[in-house]
Amino acid sequence: MKSPKTKVKAKPKIKKAVKPVKKKAAAKKPALKAAVQPKKQDLFTTLAEWNNTCVQPMLAKYPERKKQFLSTSGDEVKRVYTPCETEGLDYQKDLGFPGQYPYTRGVQPTMYRGKFWTMRQYAGFGDAAESNKRYKYLLAQGQTGLSIAFDLPTQIGYDSDDPMSAGEVGKVGVAIDSLADMEILFDGIPLDKVSTSMTINAPASVLLAMYIAVAEKQGVKPDQLNGTIQNDILKEYIARGTYIFPPTPSMRLITDIFEYCARSVPKWNTISISGYHIREAGSSATQEVAFTLADGIAYVQAAIASGLSVDDFAARLSFFFNSHNDLLEEVAKFRAARRIWARIMKERFKAQKASSQMLRFHTQTAGSTLTAQQPDNNIIRVTIQTLAAVLGGTQSLHTNSRDEALALPTEDSVRIALRTQQIVAHESGAADTVDPLAGSYYVEARTSEIEKAALEYIAKIDKLGGMVKAIEKGYVQKEIQDSAYRYQKDVEAQERIVVGVNKFTVKEESPKNLLKVSQAVQDAQMKRLAEMKAKRDNEAVKKALGEIHRAAHGSENLMPFIVDAVRKYATLGEICGVLREVFGEYQESVVL
Amino acid sequence: MPNKIRILIAKPGLDGHDRGAKYIARALRDAGFEVIYTGLRQTPEAIAAAAVQEDVQWVGLSCLSGAHNSLFPRVVQLLKEMNAPDIKVFGGGVIPADDIPGLKAAGIREIFTPGASSQQVVDYINKN
Repeated sequence: MKSPKTKVKAKPKIKKAVKPVKKKAAAKKPALKAAVQPKKQDLFTTLAEWNNTCVQPMLAKYPERKKQFLSTSGDEVKRVYTPCETEGLDYQKDLGFPGQYPYTRGVQPTMYRGKFWTMRQYAGFGDAAESNKRYKYLLAQGQTGLSIAFDLPTQIGYDSDDPMSAGEVGKVGVAIDSLADMEILFDGIPLDKVSTSMTINAPASVLLAMYIAVAEKQGVKPDQLNGTIQNDILKEYIARGTYIFPPTPSMRLITDIFEYCARSVPKWNTISISGYHIREAGSSATQEVAFTLADGIAYVQAAIASGLSVDDFAARLSFFFNSHNDLLEEVAKFRAARRIWARIMKERFKAQKASSQMLRFHTQTAGSTLTAQQPDNNIIRVTIQTLAAVLGGTQSLHTNSRDEALALPTEDSVRIALRTQQIVAHESGAADTVDPLAGSYYVEARTSEIEKAALEYIAKIDKLGGMVKAIEKGYVQKEIQDSAYRYQKDVEAQERIVVGVNKFTVKEESPKNLLKVSQAVQDAQMKRLAEMKAKRDNEAVKKALGEIHRAAHGSENLMPFIVDAVRKYATLGEICGVLREVFGEYQESVVL
Repeated sequence: MPNKIRILIAKPGLDGHDRGAKYIARALRDAGFEVIYTGLRQTPEAIAAAAVQEDVQWVGLSCLSGAHNSLFPRVVQLLKEMNAPDIKVFGGGVIPADDIPGLKAAGIREIFTPGASSQQVVDYINKN
């Protein structure tokens, strides 16, 4: 009883358009109301007066630092925000209480007062044994979930011995060729106890199948498994680049996973619709929200078209955003994303269940903001970005390490990154009340602005025929590139300052002790692969691959066939090779 | 008026990080060069062939995945094999400082690391 009353009391300060709230508070404290709630006309007049009598004389004496202040995304930031900017906002309709539609304030009623976000550091390099060691280290340091980074050959469906894999094995993540590698990767890690996120997209079915198979070997049933596969192919075409197949069969693989998991792996998050890489490619905050949610719309449409009912799969959709340096803009971005998605799901797709309307998301701090110069400064950047994610209500978070603009992070750097989250959680107080920036004129105004601009983008994409068409036309890529180009030009012109890069520079020695993955990893991986192939039942593998080939030509759900093949130690490259034969490969539309 | 300098910007290997490559391609174009961009996931063979076919003076390679030590020298070697040793190669990306001497010894003229400005690249090409 107590807390809603407190909130109601605080509300009139924020805006006067909220009728029920205003009335109650007015009855209690008429004096306060008069003081902070001048009539609309009065407020605009006072603002104009303030501008004439206070601001202009000040500007005449002391001009501001810049003619125009722009957010990181390039949107204009006003000198001051007042109730004038939030006057159209309706508390109940546009914000609601935490855990209530449209979830602007968060998806749970108590948020971090109940349980902190999941601290989940993305990790993986070299071979499975080395990565297994890093996961155990992170769990021992208090990390609460695993996040697997795969190397590029794995992400693009090539085995370690493929000529295309030359130089790339084990470099940006762990090399996985078959179930044998997965067994080593999760050795001694109980899969019924941890939740695992896997950054895998084009071959997501294969890695999920391997995860299911390795769990079986541990005696863990599929319905006990918790975790996420990224499985978001659209942003691969837009920004990240690890696509294999063309859009149509790719969308089929994705909806096959939705259907299979709804039946057999019910707690699994079947997709992590990702804005992270769109932002890393240089988009604005608004574009990040707009293109990510437009991707989300495309997946929902595809799933419905394949015969699924929206409330059967929508609760398992999850999202993944970037957390950049512009603290308040980022908080507004997260809030706007939740509000837009809730409305899209309810109004456009008629989702009935609350869980289908909630946008749950993982966050990673912005890799592109890390500087190779004075790398310890990155700890501070990551702290600001952590705060943005927490104040924005994230469900899980990866914090980047200070040395990631140079190489893979060392163990020391990863520990500091994890400690950053733990300090924000336990010491900053930011986690003790839900959505503490709600009601800030600026944050609410930015939230509404981002929502409006994102909806305009979504309407434009609808007009182009949906996201797949917009990608094929190069529209989305071009919009992002233009933003990226503008941003970088501003940095070069010193209109934007990047500390340690274009200002406050020092002479530095080149950093020592960087973590590198040697060519020996590829050699050893190829040797293990050859040994495994010699030991397995090759007839059974051939038969299982033949079944996948047959099913891919038809319209059956491919998942059961893939699970069967990985159990027999068919390799990732073999399975993807069969699918390449049937589906063909995507050709990038290059736009500059 | 002399012919415009032609430059091929290429992404060798499997790395999908093309923000930098696209930025450099566009900045070089704005600086008056003729620029061809290959798109992602090019083999060294495809890059060398494109460089010869497009008759470029420069090839700029971008790699952020750590595979530069195998991929960059291979392009230089292939250009030699294709009788085009005069095509000059430079590179950029997340490349540790202690890898740079080896790359230069293998014939890569210059390496631009994070924080380098497009103007530096333009000046470098104009001077060389």
